[in-house]
Amino acid sequence: MWQFFHKLGSPKWFYGIATRFMPWLLVAGLMLLLAGLVWGLAFAPKDYLQGNSYRIIFIHVPTAFLAQSMYIMMAAAGVVTLVWRMKLADVFVKAVAPVGLVFTFLSLFTGAVWGKPTWGTWWIWDARLTSMLILLFLYGGAIALDRAINDEKSAARAVAVLVLVGVVNIPIIKYSVEWWNTLHQPATLKLTEKPSMPTEMWVPLLLSILGLYLLFGWLACLRMKTEILVREQRTRWVKDMIMAGGR
Amino acid sequence: MAFDSFSAFLAMEGHGPYVWTCYAVFVVLVAGMMIWSARRNRAVIEGCKRRFEQQQGTSGQDVRQKASATFTRVEVSQD
Repeated sequence: MWQFFHKLGSPKWFYGIATRFMPWLLVAGLMLLLAGLVWGLAFAPKDYLQGNSYRIIFIHVPTAFLAQSMYIMMAAAGVVTLVWRMKLADVFVKAVAPVGLVFTFLSLFTGAVWGKPTWGTWWIWDARLTSMLILLFLYGGAIALDRAINDEKSAARAVAVLVLVGVVNIPIIKYSVEWWNTLHQPATLKLTEKPSMPTEMWVPLLLSILGLYLLFGWLACLRMKTEILVREQRTRWVKDMIMAGGR
Repeated sequence: MAFDSFSAFLAMEGHGPYVWTCYAVFVVLVAGMMIWSARRNRAVIEGCKRRFEQQQGTSGQDVRQKASATFTRVEVSQD
C-alpha cells in the first residue's frame, strides 16, 4: 500500500498506468452508459405521477453524483498537495476541475429542464439547488484561481486551500433534502436500504451512474496525461517516449 | 418497449422537448469535452515531437548551442 503511494509520486509511472487502463475505461464506460440510457429512455416504464419527463433522471443523477464525487476527490488531492507536496495531486486537480464544472452545469441544467414540467418552475432557491449552484461557483473559482497565479506550485497550493474550504458544501448538498424543507425530493438510492424505485428504473440508473464514472476515469486519465506532458516535457523520459512513437 | 411507435418515443407524451433537450446537451457537452481533450493531448504530443526533432536536426551544433557562454568569433574588418 505504501509502495503504491510512493509510486504515485512518479508522474512517469502514472503515465504508463493511465495509458494501459484507458481503453478499458472507455469501452466499459460507453457500453454501460449506453445500456443505461437506452434502457431508461425506451424500455423503462413511465412514472405514474410524472409521466415520461422523469427519464431525465438517467442524465441528471449520474452527473450530479459525479460532480460531488469529483469535488471530494479534488479535496483529497488538495490535502495530498498541502501535506505531501505530491505533483500528481496538483495534476489531478488541474485536470479534473473543468470536468467537474461541466458535470455540475449539466446537473443544474437537466434539473432545471426537468423541474419545469414537474414543479412548474425552472429554478427555486431551495437548499439542494442553491448548494449545487455554489458547487458550480467553487469549480469555477478553482479554475480561475489556478489561471491567476503564475507559479505552478503556489497556484496548486492556493487551489488546494480553496477546494478544502469549499468541501463543507458537499455534506450540505447531500443532507440538504433532510435538514431543510426542500422542493427537491429526498434520496432514492441509498447505500444501506432498498431503493424506493422499481427495479426497471433503478437498474438503468445504476448502469448510467457506473458508465459515467468509468468515462470520467478515462477523461481524467487523458487530461492528466496531457498535463503531465506539459509539465515534464523537458525530461528525458518524455523525450524518449515521444521519439519512440509513444502516446 | 415503453412506447408503441418511434414518433411516440420522440413525443414522450408531450415531454419530448424537455427530455430530448437534456439528452442532446449532455451528449454534446460530454462528447465535446472528450474529443477536445483528446485533440489537445495530440497537439501537445505533436508539439513536443516537433521540438525534439528540431533539436535533433541540429544535433551537431546542439552541444555548442546549449553552452550559454559560447562566443562565436566574428571576423570584422578593421579598416
